[in-house]
Parts: sequence; C-alpha cells; structure tokens
Amino acid sequence: MYVAVKGGGRAISAAHAWLDETRRGDPSLPELGVAQIEQQMGLAVDRVMAEGSCHDRFLAALAIKQSKGDLIEAAFLLRAYRTTLVRFGASDPIETAAMRLRRRISATYKDLPGGQVLGPTFDYTHRLLDFALAAEGAPREAAPEAGAPVGEVPRVTELLAREGLMQREVPDDAEPGDLTRQPLAFPAARPVRLQNLARGDEGFLLALGYSTQRGYGGNHPFVGEIRVGHVAVDFTPPELGFAIDIGDIAITECQMVNQFAGSRTEPAQFTRGYGLVFGHGERRAMGMALVDRALRAQELGEDVTAPAQDAEFVLYHSDNIEATGFVEHLKLPHYVDFQSELENLRTIRRSAMQDLAE
Amino acid sequence: MAVLARAPADDIAALLPALPAHDRLRAPETGLVMVRGRAGGDGAPFNLGEMTVTRCAVRLGDAVGHAYVAGRDKRQAELAALVDAALQDPAHHDALMAAVIAPLAARQQAVRDAEARRAAATRVEFFTMATMR
Repeated sequence: MYVAVKGGGRAISAAHAWLDETRRGDPSLPELGVAQIEQQMGLAVDRVMAEGSCHDRFLAALAIKQSKGDLIEAAFLLRAYRTTLVRFGASDPIETAAMRLRRRISATYKDLPGGQVLGPTFDYTHRLLDFALAAEGAPREAAPEAGAPVGEVPRVTELLAREGLMQREVPDDAEPGDLTRQPLAFPAARPVRLQNLARGDEGFLLALGYSTQRGYGGNHPFVGEIRVGHVAVDFTPPELGFAIDIGDIAITECQMVNQFAGSRTEPAQFTRGYGLVFGHGERRAMGMALVDRALRAQELGEDVTAPAQDAEFVLYHSDNIEATGFVEHLKLPHYVDFQSELENLRTIRRSAMQDLAE
Repeated sequence: MAVLARAPADDIAALLPALPAHDRLRAPETGLVMVRGRAGGDGAPFNLGEMTVTRCAVRLGDAVGHAYVAGRDKRQAELAALVDAALQDPAHHDALMAAVIAPLAARQQAVRDAEARRAAATRVEFFTMATMR
C-alpha cells in the first residue's frame, strides 16, 4: 500500500534560517562584500563562470557568497539564473589570435616570436604558506612595468602548420550543436564535445587528462601554447545586420601538441588537442585539451581502449551540476523504494532458512 | 560602440553635458549572448558559454540609437544607445566624438597599455650558461 505523507516544512525553514546564520559567520567580523569576492577570490569566480557557463563576474561572486564558497553549488546557482534570461543570439567566433595577453607561454620553443610572458602565475612560487598575508593592510609594491608593451603574437600551432608539421583544423562554418538547446546525442561532433568539456568539472577534466598521461590512451602531449587574457566579443544584432564589439571577456586557451598521425598518402604530422575556457583557468584548459585529443582517437585511427577516449563515458559524466544532482538526490526520501527492498530481502532470507531447515 | 561598451555608466554620464530628451524604443533589457570559439583557434565554431549582455534602443529626433553592452548595467546601455543616436547627427558628430568618445577611448587605452607593460615585465630573457663539452 502506498501512503502519501507530507511534512517537514517547519524543519526546512529552520534549517534554512540556520544556513543563513552560518553563512554570515561571526557577526562581530565585517561581512564579506560581493565586490571583495570578485576582486580577491578571482580564480574562484573564474571557475564558477566556466562551470556555470555564464561570463559575469559579479553574478559568479554573488553565487560564491550565497553558496558559502561551495563552488559547485555556486555554478549551479549561476546555471539556474541564466535560464531566466532571454538569449539575444550567438556571437561571431572569438579571435583568440588577437587576444590581449596577460600570459603566454610555450613548452615547445624557447625562443618564439613574442617570447615567454609569465603573467600573474603561481608557477615558480615555493608553495610555502605566506604568513605575511595574515597581517592585513600591509603595503604592497606595485608590479613592475616594462618600456615596450606586449602586443599581438602569432600562434605556435600556426608556426608548425605553416611548415606542414601540424595538422590544420578543417575550416567549417556549419552551425554548431548547442547543449543548452538539444540533449547530448552520439556520435557527438567535436563542437558539441568542446562545449561539454568547456563547462565540465575541473577535477574530472584534470583526472582524465592525468589518466592519459599515465598511459590510459596516451598521446605524448606538449604544451604548444597557453594564452591567458582578454578578447573582444563581436555580435551581430538582427536589427542592425552588422557586427558590433560588445565588450571583452577573460579567457584561457591551451593548444596541446600531440603525437603524429599520417597515412600512405599524407606524411606524418602533429595533431592537436584544444582547450578554451572562461576566465583564468590553466589547469582546466590543459585538462580540456588533453581530453579533447583523447576523444579524437577514432577520427585519428587509434584504438579506443581507455576511459578518456570513450566519448559516452566522458561527456555523460563531465558535468558537475548533473552529477551532483543525481548523486545528491539519493538524500531525498526513498522510504517506499527501501521498504520494497527490505521486503524482498526478508523473503529471500526466509526461503533460504526454510531450505536449510528441510 | 566598442568604447561605450567598455565604459562605466558614470564615466559616460560625466562627459555628457546634458542628457537630451529621448524616447525609449526598447527599454534596457539584460539577456545572454552565446559566445563562440573555434576548435584549435581557427577551426569549426563551437559554443563556449554564454555572457550577460544588456541592450537598449532609443529615438533622438529622427535618429535611432542601438546599444548592446557586456554586463548587466542598464544605465550604461541606455547612455550608450543615446550617444549612438546623437552621433548620427552630422552637426554634432565631431564635437561628440571629441568630447565623449575620445576621452573614454584614451582612458581605456591607458589601462590596456599599463597591463601590456606589466605583462612585458614578466617576459623571460634567456641567457646561455657555459657550454658543456
């Protein structure tokens, strides 16, 4: 018999009131402002924009405040908010070659046009806790400026492609699939895979990328180039009919150079894995590029043997909003399901006992 | 529009002597634009993710001004649309460019230059160690 029950309303309101109180913490301390989060927790904001798949620093910072710093919860809030807004259309593809660079490095060439620009990086820090930061309000030295600014620099992959050493991307202006409008279907084309990875969970991308390096579908990657900076977005409003520049977004791009593909008719060439994400997110862009390359296994004539090469496995499990929804739904009442399982188990045990007794 | 799209509302307002009377054809509205990238930087387009954008359209005399600006600042979008409409009047175009657009553009360029010089200060200069035999 199924018995509908309801209740818990008062408990839920009390729980949420307590949540609000714990979010605020000790009231004798100043409250954290959204602008402070946006400015001083910038990489958390970047991650929430990437996984929430919505570039808006203030909204991401607000979501972090509301979620008490739970970044997956914050990305969830941002994804939910975006569904309340109308979509004006799609931008022209951004021109990453024209990025305003804060950082640009290559692990494949020491001397390359434009040079190695480190930008604001954790690399080469000693990873020692800096107790000086615990003393707030200490004066800080301004970062040095050089006489000649960094301008536009050519892509490393383009340098290789010009020599025929790097497989070129296929120029294709077909309308890309959009996961926010159509559900995932297989086989998934590369544009859909890239959209899925760009908003995938950073930990998942990192672990899968790592697995390819450890031999599960490896293809011997080099970082051809990582770029961090700002790029202008051009959008063509239907009522105007021509493209206008609507402002800048922060992005990170990773071009991974991988081992060769060739055939009897085509000489061997390097192949690429591509990562592009909102904000400053090198780890996530690198993970994305490794997984993108792994997912191209079939297209490049490699055996599909490892998890990172299995498109269904990767694309169905990369989204942390979906994953957290399905895992956390287990917390919801399953009283009736469980009763039926209990009943089953009791019946099995009863009949086993009877068999033993006989 | 590139300059207005990057200018805070207060900065635009401070440079506009007096706000001319105008009609709103489309009240400021915040929505989304799907940002596209290209596979490998130059291959097939794909949907990277959305960004917030605010749009507005105003009528000023016979001119219709449009604005689409990144972010959610409705005042900025309305001011940008207003300047866009005013710029279409040949009698005011040059004066407005000099009084509003040029100072905003100069400010934005200065910020960009400072960042580019800061980036340049982190450019690695390699030097060769003693050659091993």
